[in-house]
This record gives sequence, C-alpha cells and structure tokens, in this order.
Amino acid sequence: MSVDLSQFHQVFYEESYEGLDAMEQGLLEMDVTAPDDEVINTIFRAAHSIKGGSGTFGFNQVANFTHVIETLLDEVRSGDRGLDQNTMDLLLESVDCMRGMLEELQAGGEPDMTTPDQLRAKFEAILSGESAGDAAGAGDGSAGGAGDGGAGDGADGGGEGGDGVGWLIEFIPEPQMLQTGNEATRMLRQLNEICEGKMAVTAHVDRVPGFHDLNPEHCYLYWHITVNFPLERTAIDEIFEWVVDDAEINISPLGQDVESAAAPSEAQEAQAPSETAQVVDIAQPQVEASAPAEAQAQAAPKKAPQESSSIRVDIDKVDNLINMVGELVITQSMLGELGENFDMAHVQRLQEGLAQLEHNTRELQESVMKIRMMPISFVFSRFPRLVRDTARKLDKQIELRMIGEHTELDKTVMEKLGDPMVHLIRNSMDHGIESPAERVANGKSETGLVELKAYHQSGNIVIEIEDDGAGLNTERILRKAKENGVVPQDANLSQEQIFDLIFQPGFSTADVVSDLSGRGVGMDVVRRNIAALNGSIEVFSEKDKGSRFVIRLPLTLAILDGQLVQVEDQIYIFPLVSIVESIQYKGSKLSNVGGHNDVLLLRDEYVPIVMLNQLFDIASQEKPLDDSIIVVVEADGEKVGVVVDELLGQQQVVIKSLEENYKKVDGISGATILGDGTVALIIDVSGMSKMSANHTPAQSKNVKPHKAA
Amino acid sequence: MSAAAQDTEQIEQPPQEGVATQQYLTFLMDEEEYGVDILAVQEIRGWESATLVPNSPTHMKGVLNLRGTIVPILDLRERFNLKTIEYTDVTVVVILKIETDKGSRTMGIIVDAISDVYDVPLDGIRTSGIADNQNAHFMKGLVTVNKNMVILLELNNLLTIDD
Amino acid sequence: MAKILAVDDSASMRQMVSFTLKGAGHDVVEASDGVEAYKIAQGTSVDLVLSDVNMPNMNGIELCAKLRTLATYKFTPILMLTTESTGDKKMAGKTAGATGWIVKPFNPDQLLTTIKKVLG
Repeated sequence: MSVDLSQFHQVFYEESYEGLDAMEQGLLEMDVTAPDDEVINTIFRAAHSIKGGSGTFGFNQVANFTHVIETLLDEVRSGDRGLDQNTMDLLLESVDCMRGMLEELQAGGEPDMTTPDQLRAKFEAILSGESAGDAAGAGDGSAGGAGDGGAGDGADGGGEGGDGVGWLIEFIPEPQMLQTGNEATRMLRQLNEICEGKMAVTAHVDRVPGFHDLNPEHCYLYWHITVNFPLERTAIDEIFEWVVDDAEINISPLGQDVESAAAPSEAQEAQAPSETAQVVDIAQPQVEASAPAEAQAQAAPKKAPQESSSIRVDIDKVDNLINMVGELVITQSMLGELGENFDMAHVQRLQEGLAQLEHNTRELQESVMKIRMMPISFVFSRFPRLVRDTARKLDKQIELRMIGEHTELDKTVMEKLGDPMVHLIRNSMDHGIESPAERVANGKSETGLVELKAYHQSGNIVIEIEDDGAGLNTERILRKAKENGVVPQDANLSQEQIFDLIFQPGFSTADVVSDLSGRGVGMDVVRRNIAALNGSIEVFSEKDKGSRFVIRLPLTLAILDGQLVQVEDQIYIFPLVSIVESIQYKGSKLSNVGGHNDVLLLRDEYVPIVMLNQLFDIASQEKPLDDSIIVVVEADGEKVGVVVDELLGQQQVVIKSLEENYKKVDGISGATILGDGTVALIIDVSGMSKMSANHTPAQSKNVKPHKAA
Repeated sequence: MSAAAQDTEQIEQPPQEGVATQQYLTFLMDEEEYGVDILAVQEIRGWESATLVPNSPTHMKGVLNLRGTIVPILDLRERFNLKTIEYTDVTVVVILKIETDKGSRTMGIIVDAISDVYDVPLDGIRTSGIADNQNAHFMKGLVTVNKNMVILLELNNLLTIDD
Repeated sequence: MAKILAVDDSASMRQMVSFTLKGAGHDVVEASDGVEAYKIAQGTSVDLVLSDVNMPNMNGIELCAKLRTLATYKFTPILMLTTESTGDKKMAGKTAGATGWIVKPFNPDQLLTTIKKVLG
C-alpha cells in the first residue's frame, strides 16, 4: 500500500511555522544568564518536531539543517552546554533560515542552501569546538548523516549468512521480558516467516518452577532454534533487537561455536545507522521527483504567502455555535407551527416568535463572527523581533511595550494589518525615536519607547502605535511638500493638514533614503490598505514629545456600519467610518467655481460638492435644494460634500457582491439587502470622489473661489 | 424582427422515439415567441421594481434580491431594440443561470408573458434566415412547433454585461 | 484489525500515522501528548500504543511508565517513535517498559512492517 504523503504537507508547514514562532518567542524571552528550563524544552521540541516531520515527509535539506540545531539544543537542555548571546543570535538567524526554506518548499521550489549551509558550519564549529559528549556520535547516529557510520557489514566474528547453511540460535529470555510487552511467540513466528518455515524449535521447560512459585507474568521458557536457511545475520538481529537487554541471545552459524552475547550488541550498533541510511534513501526520491518540475516552472520561486486557509478555533466557540443553532431550530419550528393554522388571535405569539427569531439570529451572527476572531497577539508577536533587529541596525535603544494583545479581531483583517503596522513601527523607530545621544541631550531617557495598544471601541477595533520620539516635524513636512509641488508655495495649512501630507504618495521627508523607510512608498499604501479594510487612520503628534497613529477597523470585513441616505427615490449607503459630518444645505456657505460645481466653505476648508443624483444619473424629482442635506465624507484624505435628500437611519449591513452576477461599478463598492428585501447600493467614497472629479471640470484647491453675485 | 422565410417543414406529431430533444421554456415579446433552455431557468417572478445601478446601459433595469444574491435584470425588449412598453401585471422576469468560464452567473430578463414548454428535437433547429437579423448573435436558431415559429436564444451571448 | 493509540504532538505526524494505519484496516485513536493519552488509556484498552518521545506535558517515556501501571496495559505492546537512536534514550525507553522503538523518520511502509512484528 502506498500512502501519498503530500496530503500531510500543508499541516506540516503550518505546524512548523507555529513551531518556529514558538522558538523565536522563546529565544527572545530567554535570559541568557538564567535560562528557563521550560523555555529551553519548548525550543528543543520545536526544532525536534520540525526535524522529525521534515525527515518523514522527505524534506531532507530542512531535516539535515535542523539536526544540528536539535543536537545543540539537546545538549543545552541536558545541561551539557550553556547558552551565550552569540549562540542565541545564531539560533534566531536559523529560525529565519528555516522559515525561508519552508516557504521556498511550500512554493514548490528548491530551498537556497547558501545561508543554511553557512549557519550549519557555524553550529558544527560550536559543537565540535567544545564538544560536550560525543559530537561524532551525534553526527553518525542521525538520519541525516551520510549513514556510513559503521555500515552494517556484518558483525565482527560473526561471519555472514552462515555460508548458506543456517544458524543456531539460543533464545533465553529473562523472566521479566514479558513486562515490556514483548512476546516470544511473535519473534519465533517472524523467524519462521523469513526462513520460510525451514527451522526447528525446541522449547525448554526446565526453568518453569512449581505451581506455587509460578508467577504468571514471568517468562520461564527458553528456546533453541535451528534455522536451516541462508539468512542474513542482520535479519535475525532485527527480529530480536528489542529484547537484546532482556534476553540472552546466542547466534552462531551452523557448524561453529556459540558466540558470546557481546557480539550481538555490536552488530546492533552497526545495524542502526544502516537502517537509518536506508531510510534516507527511500525518502530522497520523493523530494527529487517533485522538485524539478516546480523549479522549472518558476523563474524566481515566490515566497509562499503566509495567509493560511485554515483557522484554529476554540472548541468553546464551536459549542456555542451549536447551541445557537439549536435555539434557532426551536424558534423555527415554533413559528412553523404557528404558521400551519394561523389566525389573527395568535398574532401576539407570532410577534413574540419573530422577536425571538431576531434574537437568535443576532446571537448566531455574533457567534459565527467570533469564530473568525483571533487575538491580535498573532500579529503583535512579530514585533519584538522586528524592534530588536531594527533598533540594532539603527544603533538606537528602543523598548517595545504591547498592551491589549488578547484583543480579538477578524482573521482576514488581522492578516492584512500586518504590513501596515510593520511600516508604522519602522517609521516610529527610524524617524520618531532619536538616537540615544540626542535623547539625553533633550532630557529624555536613553531608551525610546514604542507602545502598541489594541482595544475595542463601539464595534470597532482600535490600534494605536505611539512613540516618545521627536514627533512630526511640521516645518520639514511643509517644506518638502512645497518642494515636491504637492502644495502651492503660499499655502497656509493647519497642523492637521500638514500631518495629513505624510499620506501623500511619494512623500518622504527623509533626506537620505534609508534602508528601512524613507523611500516614500509607505504611508499612502498604509492608508490605502487600511481603507481597503473599511478602516481609518489618524495621526497625532507633538514636537519633541512623540507621535501617535490611531487605526480604526471594523471587526469584520463582511459587515459594515452604514448610514442610509435617500436620493430621489433611491436609497444609498455610506460607510459610517467615511462620514465626517452632515449639515443642512440651507444656510451653508456655498460658492461657485468657474460656474459649474459648488464648493462648500467648511470652517477653513473648501470642500467640493457632489450632486449624487447627477453623478448617478438618477431621474430628478426637482426637489428644492434647500431641503437637502450635505454629507461630508472623506476618502484618501480628501473631503467631499455629497448632496442627498434625506438622512435615513444607521444600521449594520451585510456586504453583498455586485460583481458576482454583474460587474464592478464605479462609485459603488457593493450592495446590501435592506429589511424590506430591497437592494441598496453601498457607495465607494473614494471611487465616487474620482468619478465626480472626472464628471465635471477639475476642482482645484488652489483656485480662489469667487462668490456668485 | 423579420419572420423567417416560409418553411415547409412542419412538425405536427410529437418527435419520434430516439430523437434527441431539449426542453425549452418559451415566452412572448412583441408577438414573437422566444425560447430558452429550460435547464437554465431558475425561476419566474412577477416584475417588481429593481434598484437602479448608476451609469448602466438602458436595458439594465437594476438589481434584485434573489434570496440573498444580487441579480441584475435586463429588459429584453430594449436589448433587442424593440419598442418598449409599460410593465403590467403579467410582465414577467425570467431568472436564468448560465455557466461561463469564469463561473456561473445569474441574471434576469423581463419579458411580456410566459408561453409554454416545448420538447424541441435538436435536429429541428435551423440557423438559416436569421443571419441578417440585427439580433442574430443572441439567437441559437429557429424551430417550428405546432405551426408556430420559435426563436431560440443563445444565452451566453444574451446575458453579457458589456454592450 | 487492531485498535491502536497514536500519540504525537505533531499534527502532521499523527495524521500520517493515522491515515496509514486506518488504510491498513486498523482502528486508530489519537492523542497529542502523554496526559491526553493516559486519560484515554484509563478509559479503553488498545492492542498497540505508538508514542512519540518528545511531547509537552508528559513525554513518551513518562507515558510508557505510567501505562505500565495500569492493569490493562501491563503487557500491551508500546512502541516509541524517536529520532534519538543513540543508546541512552533507548535505554530510558526500555527501563520505562517500552516494547520497542521505531526510528524517525520512517515512511508508511516501514511503519506497517514494524507494527506487524508486534501485532502479527
């Protein structure tokens, strides 16, 4: 029977990544001066599992590499070796290395062995340099080794195969052999099989005591076996290998003297490596077969995306879900019964039933959403390492504090949050936190602080990234913006507007493009990514005190908090998160620009107006504009005032795809089904803005509006 | 829509045993009878107003909620450039589901009224006589059933989103 | 058709072992560490125990020793799955009462061949 091992690969990859995360976390937490045993064990087990699994599933390069690490960690956990900073750093590097190898394998390519080989050499040097215990033994006894450690050429003094004649075996178990679950009959049966029945067995009962002294759990019998078949000595050794210490086994070729019991054990030792060598060979072809095909197909094997398509769920959440469904079924059958023979006298029961249904449905919805929720620690866990490495690169002292790691959010949202957060943290570290010298000069502590906070607030999750660094330098930002022509030379911007500039594409105040950030591709992408999650990002900053970025995200992607609006006879929905404010049309300060569109003066800003009925080409019922409402929304940092007839309620809506059966429509991000069963379209604020810009002559903030007569 | 040339083949008795047939649901539009593969028909609903989608072609009358899925509704008269009429009580929306290389797609078409269901022998479908019709690419062919001519529609071409 | 208890903290290994054994017509019960396995063993008897050595909470060697204290498991074959093929770990297994061992990495066929030794 051949089992296709590739079906287990995905699970292996996932658990290996988890194991590597555990290793990394353990290593980062570890105090070199006083290592915690539990942590060491955890790290060892992670490496051990990866080695075992990779060997089993044919990923020999990973297995070979991991073997060295496992050996080292084994010495550490048994107390034969201490840990020093250098070793820990190497171990951390090897975690990255293994991750890389697994990703390459997962993407179907061959792992690049340059770094792994270099690291392995370093580990080997450490192991042999101050070898505690036999490093040689560690090398040979492994599956990954060349397997030539005393390859079983047969034991000395044993000779092979009895020269085609046979063997004489004395099998004398010790009384307690049975207690290890071993049974003589099994071994005899096996022997019988491999010698094709050509053997004669004599059982000796002379050791069996009298009935009263008989212990039924002991083995008193022993056997003399004559094998008349040309067997390999190793085959016989294999049969008895497990009981070598619990029995006297004398094997001699037919016609020769009985050997001492010492020889078999040596054959034992020699045999083990050859067995393992065999294992390596068998596993090898699998990898070879699958690799070339994939390697051809991909010029540059891409890193497999870290997004896994499975999710681990607490069994409590599943139980909860089952309970909710149970209650729903009860409510449904109750309503069904009511509906069978309904008459108006039961209308109150019907209403109660419907209220119950609403309650059940809401609970079920929450229950299901909770399943996709995972603690944000999954994404936070990358950061200690990131901060440590980056601080080192920048020659700065930075402490990372994380609060609210248990805060839960949707798995998909969390996966997409990773990159923006990395960018923001890097930013804080690079541009925010000053060098130790600067900090001291400014009366601050040498070590800068970057704080990550996560918490729930009115149906959203809020993530804050705060640093106690130099804060945003508004002068420099404004200057750079003027240099790049992003704002006109004479522009006079409020502090908020200046902060907002950092989100412009291509913007960067870094004089030298550093390796980390400063290429100016970051912040606009960050905001866009967050907007794609229906979220928002704000920045607060104070010179020399620090900066704080606040990200707000809905708890799930499929549900949106929406503001319903009426435009002519149609209902549209604005994402609540995009709305800045709503004001009455009447009494607003509107002006004409170039005779076409109106512009609204909102405090100090000029906000372009969009007539939604015109933009969406809805038949107008010619209502007086004065009764209209202007909903001021924001997208990509730009504000737009949208004229609607009426504000209807706010509610949570389930986002349905318009593209599934139709197509992507400009200005519309999706649809939803209202309580009355009708469809309402959800507005894509950013798209709508763009549409409006193209729909009418371009609006420019630079043009001075002149009031209509 | 010009009628096809006079045809002499008239199928009066039911198709013989052993002849491959396909079932078609037929409906009326502007006094012509059209047919669609019945396997593509999901359901038939009365017309109710749909939600308009901004800046869509005129024959796109909006989207409807079909048990939780958003389905676009096309007016077939407009699609065929026929004169349009007011929707009445018997105006009907036929919901069709087709398989494309991008997956399945569900769309609805507004027609005047439902007619019948016919077993159409596959060898009875003729393609001559429609080539010069402006809507030819929406048609699979013509077939005569009980002395009536039915125009069979090619759904994959009909239910596209681009004009 | 034997009932086998498979213990390993690695899900991929458990799956592979389970799949292989079930494919050969055996019944498989899984546990992810010694504690779980011991709990299962207290409730049901099996024909064979396959256990990894390195596991959190209770490792394979400890599990083996504990199982041997249960009347129903005194003579049940217990095989350790281990990559540590050097002498002293095997000794620790034997001392704890293990029947034998299977060296990792192994492929499905080797697994089946080895358990045949024990199940017959």
